[in-house]
Amino acid sequence: MKKLSWFNLTTLTLGFAFLYIPMIVLIVYSFNGGRLVTVWAGFSTKWYGTLFHNEAFLDAAWVTIRVAVATATLATILGTLAGYVLVRGGRFWGRTLFSGMAYAPLVMPDVILGLSLLLLFKVMFGSMGMTTIILAHTTFAMCYVSVVVSSRLLSFDKSLEEAASDLGATPFDTFMSVTLPIIFPAVLSGWLLAFTLSLDDLVIASFVTGPGATTLPIKIYSAVRLGVSPEINALSTIMIGIVTVGVLTASLINKRKVVQRLKDEKTAN
Amino acid sequence: MAQSPRPSSSPTNVFAPWNDPNAKPLIQFKNVTKRFGDFTAVDDLTIDIYEREFFALLGPSGCGKTTLMRMLAGFESPTEGSILLGGQDIVPVPPNKRPVNMMFQSYALFPHLTVWDNIAFGLRRDGLGKDAINDRVKEMLRLTRLDKFAKRKPHQISGGQRQRVALARSLAKAPKLLLLDEPLGALDKKLRNETQFELMDIQEKTGTTFVIVTHDQEEAMTVASRVAVMDHGKMVQVDTPAGIYEAPNSVYVADFIGDVNLIEGNAKVDGNTVSIHFAEGAAPITAVCERPIADGQRVSYAIRPEKISVNREPLDDRANHVKGKIEDIGYLGNVSTYHVRLPSGELVSALMTNSRRLARRDFTWEDEVWLSWTDTAGVVLTE
Ligand SMILES: Nc1ncnc2c1ncn2[C@@H]1O[C@H](COP(=O)(O)OP(=O)(O)OP(=O)(O)O)[C@@H](O)[C@H]1O
Ligand SMILES: [Mg+2]
Repeated sequence: MKKLSWFNLTTLTLGFAFLYIPMIVLIVYSFNGGRLVTVWAGFSTKWYGTLFHNEAFLDAAWVTIRVAVATATLATILGTLAGYVLVRGGRFWGRTLFSGMAYAPLVMPDVILGLSLLLLFKVMFGSMGMTTIILAHTTFAMCYVSVVVSSRLLSFDKSLEEAASDLGATPFDTFMSVTLPIIFPAVLSGWLLAFTLSLDDLVIASFVTGPGATTLPIKIYSAVRLGVSPEINALSTIMIGIVTVGVLTASLINKRKVVQRLKDEKTAN
Repeated sequence: MAQSPRPSSSPTNVFAPWNDPNAKPLIQFKNVTKRFGDFTAVDDLTIDIYEREFFALLGPSGCGKTTLMRMLAGFESPTEGSILLGGQDIVPVPPNKRPVNMMFQSYALFPHLTVWDNIAFGLRRDGLGKDAINDRVKEMLRLTRLDKFAKRKPHQISGGQRQRVALARSLAKAPKLLLLDEPLGALDKKLRNETQFELMDIQEKTGTTFVIVTHDQEEAMTVASRVAVMDHGKMVQVDTPAGIYEAPNSVYVADFIGDVNLIEGNAKVDGNTVSIHFAEGAAPITAVCERPIADGQRVSYAIRPEKISVNREPLDDRANHVKGKIEDIGYLGNVSTYHVRLPSGELVSALMTNSRRLARRDFTWEDEVWLSWTDTAGVVLTE
């Protein structure tokens, strides 16, 4: 491997420091033995212990996980279908408009998205709860999934689908038995992406939340307003861990597939 | 009357439905045009293909062969015209409802399925029983000699093996019409010959109609009942292999199929005999011509190298003799090609069997020789 020049090394270090020092500070202080957040009082894991006895936090965590799983699943189904239609649908009427609109929530400010969803749900359901959070999260997570899936489909050899239909498979059968198995890594990483997006979200969730549907980010945010406690640090550390694992797995799934394919091709020739 | 050992060789039993006005074609292209944007890939094409035919499409790259196949399989629909299968318009029928299977030029094997599952894919969609599927897949594996690779994925086998999987997969369903887009290009000569005979055998047994694209003329000549030569989306000539080879209808076809000497000259017509004056001071070429030709018309005379005999003396029983000098000899083992320069400047190739060993060969470079051929050996072409 090439040795980095000192200039590159400095830039790299500064960049990573900028990105990760805040998180490292948070993680370190989550193991602080004292009650005061800014004074180091020896290593301890006691805040993790109290965290697991805090009913309010545990409830919020349970809500968050259910929301994230439901969101990820819904967004993956809808996003995959949207991506498929956009890439494979040919030039149907209004295609350009549809594809532009499918990606709009990606660049829409969260506040505006949250507000508009709040108004819609007020009109439709009257009251808010977990369902509305799931629907709201699905709305924006779905765009990310469809971006991931459609970029995979663009490099997908269309003649495979033609071969399947030539051999008697209906369009749905073709999708299930040929297209989906081949693009599955992309679909899976779409799911993980949607899962972490839902886990992370504070702004949209706080607009459309209701009684009994407090997610962790909302809970943390409101707790922090009363002062940062070491418990919150511990909780945040756990969330960082979950998100890191999710994102890493998603990218590893894709990468391993590519590496595997390259290896296979080498042995085939 | 004595029983003929090979029924197909007796004139009444010759397989030639295209000459039978009562025969119903299996496939009919009626004025089919296919455009991609403003590019015309298939141009006002009309053709009938009959049941049990082995129909070969020949033509340079990009002339529209694959496009024609894709319209038959249902992946493209014609911009104009209609396509009938068994008398029914199939343009609105989706690919999965057509009794047609295609072997793709790019193979299009399913990368996530094993060789076995690739071959079984179509059979499963037919709702066959498990045993029936197993038997059929095994039969296909044996036919294509892939028994040992059944459990492998497509990326774990060689290019030639992949081609055979694609072939097996398209054969498995025993369709009414089989489209093969360059099915044997990646195989070595021996395996290719064997597979060609397998294909002809399958066709004999199942009565399937084959449409095959190939770049290998020898292959087209071996397997095809009829050969179609295409150029720029049009059929230039459709005929039996012998017809295409011996009686090409244009310079394009003569030049495209096999080797040919083309000599241009002015025609002088006398009944059905034509004299072609091709050079000042040279004796004209005498040829028998069935097609009507105007006196004084500019024509091309096409003659295959193997129809010309190379000798020390002119052969008296042939109508045409020219003297020339050997410029080059191409030795190919069983035959040799002699490139002979005529005094008028033309370079003519002649093919002779090497009936003697090399050391005792008659001619060498710079030898003066006589070229002789009959008046029916070549054809007179006007376009
Ligand atoms: N989807 C398409 N869009 C635009 N042009 C196309 C499309 N498909 C084919 N063509 C063009 O149509 C022409 C005929 O293509 P086709 O694939 O039928 O050629 P071919 O005879 O099979 O050639 P080859 O021997 O190289 O396989 C080519 O010039 C090609 O560029
Ligand atoms: Mg082609």
